[in-house]
Amino acid sequence: MTRVSILSAAALSMMASGVAAQTEITWWHAMGGALGETVNQIATDFNASQSEYQITPAFKGTYEEALTAGIAAFRAGEQPNILQVFDAGAATVIGARGATIPVQDLLTANGVEFDINDYISGVRYFYADSDDKMIGMPFNSSSPIMYYNLQAMEAAGVEAPKTWEEFEAVTAPALVEAGYTPLAQSHSPWIFAENFMSRHDLPFATNDNGYTGTDTQILINSPEIKMHWSHVKSWLDSGYYAWFGAGWGDNQTPFEEGKVAIWLGSSGSFGGLSKLDLPFEFSATYLPYWEAVTTTPTQTFIGGASLFAMSGKSDDENKATAAFFEFLTSPEVQYMWHQETGYVPITIAAYEMAQADGYYDRAPAAEVGIKQLSLPAGENTKGYRMGFYVQIRDVMNREFGRILGGETSVDDAFSAMEREGNELLAKFALTQAQ
Amino acid sequence: MKRAAFTNRWLPILLLVPQISIIGIFFYWPAIHALRSSFYLQDPFGFSETFVGFSNYASLFNSPAYGRAAIFTVCFTLLVTILSLGIALLLAVKADKVVRGAKTYRTLLMWVYAVAPPVAGVMGLILFNQSWGPIADLFKSLGWDFALGVHYYDTAFAMVLISVWKQIPVNFIFFLSGLQSIPKSVREAAMIDNRSTAGRFWDVTFPLLAPTGFFLLITNITYSLFDTFGIIDTVVKGEPGNNPMTLVYKVYVDGFRGNDLGGSSAQSVVLMVLVLAMTVFQFRLVERRIHYT
Repeated sequence: MTRVSILSAAALSMMASGVAAQTEITWWHAMGGALGETVNQIATDFNASQSEYQITPAFKGTYEEALTAGIAAFRAGEQPNILQVFDAGAATVIGARGATIPVQDLLTANGVEFDINDYISGVRYFYADSDDKMIGMPFNSSSPIMYYNLQAMEAAGVEAPKTWEEFEAVTAPALVEAGYTPLAQSHSPWIFAENFMSRHDLPFATNDNGYTGTDTQILINSPEIKMHWSHVKSWLDSGYYAWFGAGWGDNQTPFEEGKVAIWLGSSGSFGGLSKLDLPFEFSATYLPYWEAVTTTPTQTFIGGASLFAMSGKSDDENKATAAFFEFLTSPEVQYMWHQETGYVPITIAAYEMAQADGYYDRAPAAEVGIKQLSLPAGENTKGYRMGFYVQIRDVMNREFGRILGGETSVDDAFSAMEREGNELLAKFALTQAQ
Repeated sequence: MKRAAFTNRWLPILLLVPQISIIGIFFYWPAIHALRSSFYLQDPFGFSETFVGFSNYASLFNSPAYGRAAIFTVCFTLLVTILSLGIALLLAVKADKVVRGAKTYRTLLMWVYAVAPPVAGVMGLILFNQSWGPIADLFKSLGWDFALGVHYYDTAFAMVLISVWKQIPVNFIFFLSGLQSIPKSVREAAMIDNRSTAGRFWDVTFPLLAPTGFFLLITNITYSLFDTFGIIDTVVKGEPGNNPMTLVYKVYVDGFRGNDLGGSSAQSVVLMVLVLAMTVFQFRLVERRIHYT
């Protein structure tokens, strides 16, 4: 008797779901804490905005963990519909043709209008292939910018530096005099390597920064960046720069505590910083550049992550994914996301909506990221595409740490990065051979 | 000695099946896979792969970073094993002599056993925090500019300290029960023969503790090599950077974080061979000198 009732209940529920005909899709992401709550809010809003589709977001840990979870799930045939992949994992997921449906194809196939020129120029091509087709949908996009403590600047009687020359000669000595540690930054490979290249329009890798082939060589061992790091080390030794390890938060905390006057972080840190009850006023501006290297500094790369539509899903589910992407890129949702988190709005329409609303009059620092991404582009500023890049970043982080710890010289560190980076790229090329 | 025999040929096989299949599924099968993967370079998503022979192994042995991790692993294992065994033995010998409040004292010493390695790591992070960690502050007041995650040796020091702290209670429990199983008559006889406490310890107690000690030596080496993963992972906070790491942690970093399946498989094969060699060495050379009662 019980068995019969269970069976009939199961049958009933199947019929019920057949009637509702809601297509369910899943979204794996790496947004923890307050960011995760905003992600959940977007999903709830999408589910409430229509009745055909239901999206379920799931937090999968750090960026690295989310990527690994997505890959493992794909190999087991259990992949989510949408996977969030960060900048450093782009080559891995885009290289595996067949793992994802290019977002541009997905949208046009499902009748969603798509024009890559609707996106702000800095985010357009980072997750695109060599033919400029958009593969991943830029989601949380940020760029490294310079935050500074206004009280500290006032006490030292200086302005936020535009160039590193100015920082070294004027800003840093005055801040030290005023009792502050002048500078800290939270992500050496991202801020002091990748975006050092884009800000100065220097090539980061052969093959058009890696976009046009897999036999790529990294161009990390260049005189300009070695010059920069020699200065960074001398700043550390003279107390102009403080380094608290490879962790993001360890370097941000001293800025929040008011000990460090200038902190280089993500434009996406703005939301979190403004929610804190800081004992000082802060503002932000562009990442400084070396006048000795260039007098026409260019835009920076986007960091953060993008959303990939995983393949192997039914047409109905892909349609739901396309509908979600359409919702996500709508100006209203982008503006909400921008305000809540500090990540840049990825479309021009959303940016204009924020301008029209007077958001940047109220919070000028919130505009710095998008303005920096919209600075003049150069030949080398579209992005970079290198395989095993998570490991290449780990190598950089290790060698930068060793430079700062006095365990190695700048020359040795950069030749080690070049050698190990090229070994990893050569290995990645072999994984991609058909 | 009585010889027990099965009358049915199939019964012993049937009884062995669960164990054999568990070992087969969770050890042999993945081990064979790892061995195969170590000769290939594979796209993480599994779309394509290239046979590369021994090149994954060659690049390991040519990598200064792998060499540094290997040296760190050896030093780390020696330090953790020797310190946690030594301190636990000292505590057990002293606790064995306590009469009043013995149970409370022992319970307090065993408490830490309940702490999971990642939790121990988090506690370490709090104690060694750069801005306000009490232990870091103590070191700073002593003139040691201690900075976890910044200076290589400071981080290594913290890893060793946390791992030893976490392991002492286990060793303590075993040493204490080992001490308590030494017959009273033997102790009393020793007391008559030798009036020196230290002498009695080294001549009588220590050899009788040898079986326990040998067992603990193996488990402690295994602990330092493998179980400290959770502690190391929390101490490096997801950013390996220039922090020290053990070979096991490097397998994870390169394979699971970096998605280099071939390279990390080669690393795990190297570890398997290492463990095999160590086991043979331990049982062939050390075990022979130990007397079990």
